[in-house]
Amino acid sequence: MNELVTSRARAAVRARATRRGLRVLAVEALGPLTVLGGIVWAFAQPYRVTFFYPEGKGFWDWAVQPPLLVVLVGLLFALVVAPGIVEDLESGERGDAPSG
Amino acid sequence: MLPRAETAHWLFAAGFLFFGLVVLAEAIVGPAVFRARRWRAYLWPSLALAAGVWLWVIAIFSTFSTLHLLAHSVWAQAATAAGAVQLAVVRGRLVSSYWSLVTAGALFVSGASFLVHEQNGWLFARSAFLHHLIGWTLVVSALFPLGAALLPRRAVWAYGLAITWIAVAVMLFADRDIAPIFGHLSDLAGGGSR
Repeated sequence: MNELVTSRARAAVRARATRRGLRVLAVEALGPLTVLGGIVWAFAQPYRVTFFYPEGKGFWDWAVQPPLLVVLVGLLFALVVAPGIVEDLESGERGDAPSG
Repeated sequence: MLPRAETAHWLFAAGFLFFGLVVLAEAIVGPAVFRARRWRAYLWPSLALAAGVWLWVIAIFSTFSTLHLLAHSVWAQAATAAGAVQLAVVRGRLVSSYWSLVTAGALFVSGASFLVHEQNGWLFARSAFLHHLIGWTLVVSALFPLGAALLPRRAVWAYGLAITWIAVAVMLFADRDIAPIFGHLSDLAGGGSR
């Protein structure tokens, strides 16, 4: 393999690593960004959070508080879905991806 | 003890947001990595199927008008069909990319159902505005699975579908039973209950 080919092969490996890094970052950011969105929404429209205005509220008002639902969804994704995807993305690159 | 319509919409919004994040993650890493674990492969078809079942439950209780009953039934049927077909696709029973046309049809029919069953104009109330907006969003978003059927190797279709569900979630979270839209609220909004 001559010098030119080796250099291009290294560049390709570097580019692949960069793309993988960006994908890992993107998947890891989805959950926290969603959580952040819910928190910002709760402060922007506090009247949509029953904890801040509890007077005269019924069961469903306590059970379903939209900004908190957004936070919950973000947490669920960040804690349950994202870690496995990141792990598989990295292990796939190493060639030891899980089969099931 | 039944929840208000807006409460049910917010619950569905949360489901669609999660659904959108899952589809977006699949778009980012690609199907090969995403489906490396079997439970993840089945995740979004199962969510679609579960949404369909829940929409049937909603349809049972939304008997206050024939149009609402029919609309909820159409959404339930569309989600059930799309979820079932996608389950068969990830299971390997269906292999043709043209099965994406079922998802495209489900989105188009769901969007049309939103538009047909909203009889008020865009600025009648916030819920009317959102019905129109969600309806057109779903109709246009049918292009993404259509594209996936015709040109399956392009990632843009998966990104488009994911963004669609996140946008629909935002719209559903914005829904209120009676609320103005851009300062407009018809005196007839809420059926005279205000």
